[in-house]
Amino acid sequence: MLNSFDILETIKMIEEEHLDIRTVTMGISLRDCCDSDIDRCAEKIYDKICRSAKDLVSTAETIECEYGIPIINKRVSVTPISMLADCVESADVTKLAKALDKAAATIGVNFIGGYGALVHKGFTRGDTNLIDSIPEALAITNNVCSSVNVATTRAGINMDAVARMGKIVKEAAHLTADRDSIGCAKLVVFSNATEDNPFMAGAFHGVGEGECVINVGVSGPGVVQKAIRRAGDCDLADLAEIVKRTAFKITRMGQLVAREASRRLNVPFGIVDLSLAPTPAIGDSVAHILEEMGLEQVGAHGTTAALALLNDAVKKGGVMASAHVGGLSGAFIPVSEDAGMIDAVRAGSLSFDKLEAMTAVCSVGLDMIAIPGDTTADVISAIIADEISIGVVNNKTTAVRVIPAVGKGVGDEVNYGGLLGSAPVMNINTKSPAKFIARAGRIPAPIHSQKN
Amino acid sequence: MRTIISVIGKDAVGIIAKISAILSSHKINVLDITQSVLDDMFVMVMLADISQSLVDFPSLVSELDSLGNELGLKIHTMHEDVFNSMHRI
Repeated sequence: MLNSFDILETIKMIEEEHLDIRTVTMGISLRDCCDSDIDRCAEKIYDKICRSAKDLVSTAETIECEYGIPIINKRVSVTPISMLADCVESADVTKLAKALDKAAATIGVNFIGGYGALVHKGFTRGDTNLIDSIPEALAITNNVCSSVNVATTRAGINMDAVARMGKIVKEAAHLTADRDSIGCAKLVVFSNATEDNPFMAGAFHGVGEGECVINVGVSGPGVVQKAIRRAGDCDLADLAEIVKRTAFKITRMGQLVAREASRRLNVPFGIVDLSLAPTPAIGDSVAHILEEMGLEQVGAHGTTAALALLNDAVKKGGVMASAHVGGLSGAFIPVSEDAGMIDAVRAGSLSFDKLEAMTAVCSVGLDMIAIPGDTTADVISAIIADEISIGVVNNKTTAVRVIPAVGKGVGDEVNYGGLLGSAPVMNINTKSPAKFIARAGRIPAPIHSQKN
Repeated sequence: MRTIISVIGKDAVGIIAKISAILSSHKINVLDITQSVLDDMFVMVMLADISQSLVDFPSLVSELDSLGNELGLKIHTMHEDVFNSMHRI
């Protein structure tokens, strides 16, 4: 029989250290829902999602009960809707967003991702219509998330798309100004977007995926932090070992839940995303892991090195624990969703530029950062261009989810509650990049993209 | 299906008897039992076979949970595979 120490350790991780399955996300292909008539297309989308995911929430809840491990979110990701927008005659495609929102409400998931486009090289008619509709779609729906991939290491950076997305982010902020510009919290701009990411707001069901798939995202920053604390004054190699061992255990839990969900729903298992995803709850912070390693506060010099060690060790520990690892897999550093990050911004120790540096060594990007409401579209495009360049050159996913909070300036805060948390508005460089952004065109793919 | 029932808290008279009474009333067979003191806490772990159980799993969890509240103990009832997958390669 198992020994009591191991059993106690698992229970402690769940009870006291916030170990949970962050999300069970069902990816659903909507490629068979094409129709030139937008109402018919919307109907097909609604029907297919409701049919495919009707048992998702109840199955996840049963697993949660039997295994005694919390599954925080049940979600759905779908084929990038721009592919359906290509087929419909209407230029206004917001009805498709409403269909997604209605389906999410019917099946009881809290977010549905995929209202997006892949435009790293150019735009089709559907891509353009879809992107233009994003601000309104995010304003009139509650649960729909949107992502746009503007660059890949192979294709380079579509700067026309980058310029366009600066304006779209601004517009999304304005259309939801009465709700702290929450539209922007549901909109991600990607480079090298992954096709099997289960986490929102960037989840979508990639074009290389099958009909339906189950992807699972694990979490557990608190477990890693406590393990480091228990280890005391060990050196950094030992510290990396502790993170690896902990990541292994966390990921095994994810693999178990993914396998069970897949079996019970009769849907193939896709991947486990072994990310450390923080929440605003105390004891569930990635920033606090870095501080536990020996930094006075996150943002101090040394933060990038500590994060690099953490991110690498999480991957090394996790890969052996799961048959298929995918998605973003690494440490997330969203400001508004991490109590330690919020404190560091308030205290002035964590700057926007330090966050950008940190994204070079971890799994996502500039995430859930509130910036002044009067930031121009050009500056937002330039922020996107900088961040996306880091991804393209380093052959990794990066993303931008910034919130130009309408009517707010440095020192103010936006507050969404729940998992999205709250964020102090951060100072940014306001010198104009307008001429650079207006040049448009494509930034060529880096030399190391030539691998064939 | 086999489940691990763990009891954590201060030791008292009759804990095992009360849990066993609930299990036997539902035709749940106890396969193994161990107890120890860890981190100043009394820990008892039972491995039980619930394949012939007369009640469904959520009801069993909630019944044992209520007993835990009554006795001032934490009682967790979880599928054996959670621990196997985490602690065994």
